[in-house]
Amino acid sequence: MATVASKLYSDDVSLLVLLLDTNPLFWSNRSTTFSQFLSHVLAFLNAVLGLNQLNRVVVIATGYCSCDYIYDSSLTLSGNSESGRTGMPALFGSLLEKLEDFIDKDEELIKEQEHDERIASSLLSGSLSMALCYIQRIFRSGHLHPQPRILCLQGSPDGPEQYVAVMNSIFSAQRLMVPIDSCYIGTQNSAFLQQASYITGGVHHAPKQLDGLFQFLTTIFATDLHTRSFVQLPKPVGVDFRASSVFGQSKLDGASTVSDKKRKAPDS
Amino acid sequence: SPVEVGEGDSVERNWSMSDWQVKYKSSLKDRGTEGILKLREGMLLFVPNDPTSDSKLKVLTPNIKSQKYTKEGSKKPAWLNLSNKQGDSHIFEFQNYQDMHACRALITKALAKCEEEQTKKPAAVLTSAEQLSIADLELRFKVLRENIELQRLHKEFVETKVLTEDEFWATRKKLLGKDSIRKSKQQVGLKSMMVSGIKPSTDGRTNRVTFNLTSEIIFQIFAEKPAVRQAFINYVPSKMTEKDFWTKYFRAEYLYSTKNTAVAAAEAAEDEELAVFLKPDEILAQEARQKIRRVDPTLDMEADQGDDYTHLMDHGIQRDGTMDVVEPQNGQFRRSLLQDLNRHAAVVLEGRNIDVDSENTRSVAEALARVKQVSKADGETTKDANQERLARMSRLAEMEDLQAPQNFPLAPLSIKDPRDYFESQQGNVVNEPRGAGTLKRNVHEAYGSLKESILEIRTKGLRDPLIKPEVAFEVFRSLTQTISTAKNIIGKNPRESFLDRLPKSTRDEVLHHWTSIQELLKHFWSSYPITTTYLHTKVGKLKDAMSNSYSQLEAMKESVQSELRHQLSLLVRPMQQALDAAFQHYDADLQRRTAKSARGSAGEANGSV
Repeated sequence: MATVASKLYSDDVSLLVLLLDTNPLFWSNRSTTFSQFLSHVLAFLNAVLGLNQLNRVVVIATGYCSCDYIYDSSLTLSGNSESGRTGMPALFGSLLEKLEDFIDKDEELIKEQEHDERIASSLLSGSLSMALCYIQRIFRSGHLHPQPRILCLQGSPDGPEQYVAVMNSIFSAQRLMVPIDSCYIGTQNSAFLQQASYITGGVHHAPKQLDGLFQFLTTIFATDLHTRSFVQLPKPVGVDFRASSVFGQSKLDGASTVSDKKRKAPDS
Repeated sequence: SPVEVGEGDSVERNWSMSDWQVKYKSSLKDRGTEGILKLREGMLLFVPNDPTSDSKLKVLTPNIKSQKYTKEGSKKPAWLNLSNKQGDSHIFEFQNYQDMHACRALITKALAKCEEEQTKKPAAVLTSAEQLSIADLELRFKVLRENIELQRLHKEFVETKVLTEDEFWATRKKLLGKDSIRKSKQQVGLKSMMVSGIKPSTDGRTNRVTFNLTSEIIFQIFAEKPAVRQAFINYVPSKMTEKDFWTKYFRAEYLYSTKNTAVAAAEAAEDEELAVFLKPDEILAQEARQKIRRVDPTLDMEADQGDDYTHLMDHGIQRDGTMDVVEPQNGQFRRSLLQDLNRHAAVVLEGRNIDVDSENTRSVAEALARVKQVSKADGETTKDANQERLARMSRLAEMEDLQAPQNFPLAPLSIKDPRDYFESQQGNVVNEPRGAGTLKRNVHEAYGSLKESILEIRTKGLRDPLIKPEVAFEVFRSLTQTISTAKNIIGKNPRESFLDRLPKSTRDEVLHHWTSIQELLKHFWSSYPITTTYLHTKVGKLKDAMSNSYSQLEAMKESVQSELRHQLSLLVRPMQQALDAAFQHYDADLQRRTAKSARGSAGEANGSV
């Protein structure tokens, strides 16, 4: 069995950890509904799994005040009872179930909490940490493992109180050599995601039209790490390096122009 | 012939001046020029007999490092070889050994005096603002040597007289490590080492005992020996010089150290000033006496706990001489011998103080009782006296460390939750209006709609079609455009910076311009508002330098390749904008000034009319 596995283990086997933004406060006033969004995402996950037999996908839901593992492709058994009834791919029945449970739990938690003056950000630091823990486990599982990367699908704005935790996760990812790709679907800029992708060597993109999200995802974010050495992916012209929360950053309204973003100083 | 320059010698004492006939040789092989060697205050002069010869020599004694001479017994002539600090050596041939030895002795004396002078003088600090000590200049050169960038700036501005040396260094005090920063804020205490513990250095050859004296030592001496301090104030400079004073003082110390009291007494008898140092310190004795007088010598021992001897159970001998052990509860029924003795003695000492007929027992008892009452009344102190006594007691017995802590009323700190500040800053991000009740409702609704979406997708499945072909095509097109333009701007390597793509000379030029423009602007903006003509000229010079920079930047932009030009102009733009702002300010200010002066002169004209 081991030899078969090693034969099939080409250099483009990848583990994709998807951080899905399920912040209800963000999704409640969007033109694109959450269900449309989920369609794109689920199709994309299917495509990734189809690229290579040994590819793995893990989905972590990022809620308003909690986060949890929703789906792990290596654990789900094939042959789901739900496959016959709807047009839903068989693989994702359990995903949706777990997602529903997660949202219920998140709702419970927010009822318990008192403070409501927080910005409607999602718990990015939490899900990044969970992703890194999972990846760390993969690293220790033996010398034959897929190449992990993290994809952050985020729309909520950055929460400045999470700055330190997010930066810590970013540096851990950098050390582990795990690139953090980020796809920002909100209205404003996300400095966290830009910095994350810049520091870890991932790809950052903020698509403007969400009805073409599937195309964006499959074109940019489906490429595995080996392929990236000869495929050109879009690069941002500048990275917003402002440190938030400590200095009370004021966000830019609308899309930022090139001149507003800092240029990285030349390495001396 | 070498001529050394050094500090002048300020010794007041004259030391002997002599002339000798010598031959001066610059090296052993030299035949030697005849002339006169003169020993004067602080220097050696050689004047050749032949006025046309140019081997005149002047050597200052501080510069003489060592002297060598030929031995008498040898067949060589009497040579004296002086070498100075620079490494040159001068050889003088004397007519006879006697002269040579005399000269040598004098030079030794002079050298010794010089050394004494040098160690005596504390480190001189030049405090004048205009004067720069050699150390400061050296420091500046060192800093410039190490920092090439700074050197370039210095060359560009100070040497072209745009900025003066002082202005240039005014903002860089930290680099020069000025005294204000070096001086620590902490007060340095006195050394624990005693002054008298400093051993002098003895020179067996010249029979000299040398004491080193620094300002620190002087301070200690004055602090510890007030008599010496008083003597200094009295005698210097009226009766003797400072040098003499210290010589005498150290002579006294030396006499102490030799423990030869007879010599000390003899010298004290002769020299009254020396006697001051040898006698014990009167001022200290007086201070001690004063302190003693201030202390209250009365100790109130009229009574203490021991007077109540009848209840002290520590004397175990019974009346009849036995020492029985008694149970504690029966202890009060005992009486010891000592108790009785003491009581009897106390009464005997009091004496017979009643004058009453001893026949009537009752009258004796009453009389004694009356006497006791009267004495009790006398002995009673008033309430005030009592209070005063208690206060005095507590004052004397007070120990600060053991006092109860004084709890002053404290105002409590009120530290607000920092999150309020951060979140108030972020208030403009969220578009929805916030209110506690509405939020809860919003949240609930949001969750509800989210769950509905999930239900919808579960029942309906994925969207069909997932994506319209036009949309997909549009996505491809925009992505392609983004990637290709980005490639043009940035280059293949995302971490490569634009500066690296410039040719090296241009890159260096750009960076240099950046720093030099910063320097210019710093000085420019600090000169406003213009109040003196000095500032006016300074601003004028700076403006010329800035326009020079500006034109240089323009030229650089044109000279670079076309594909880099756009990026370069973006890079250079902030510099030019800053310069433009400065120029604007300058012109506006100039206009204001001319308008004011025009108005002023016009007003004058009107006024005079």
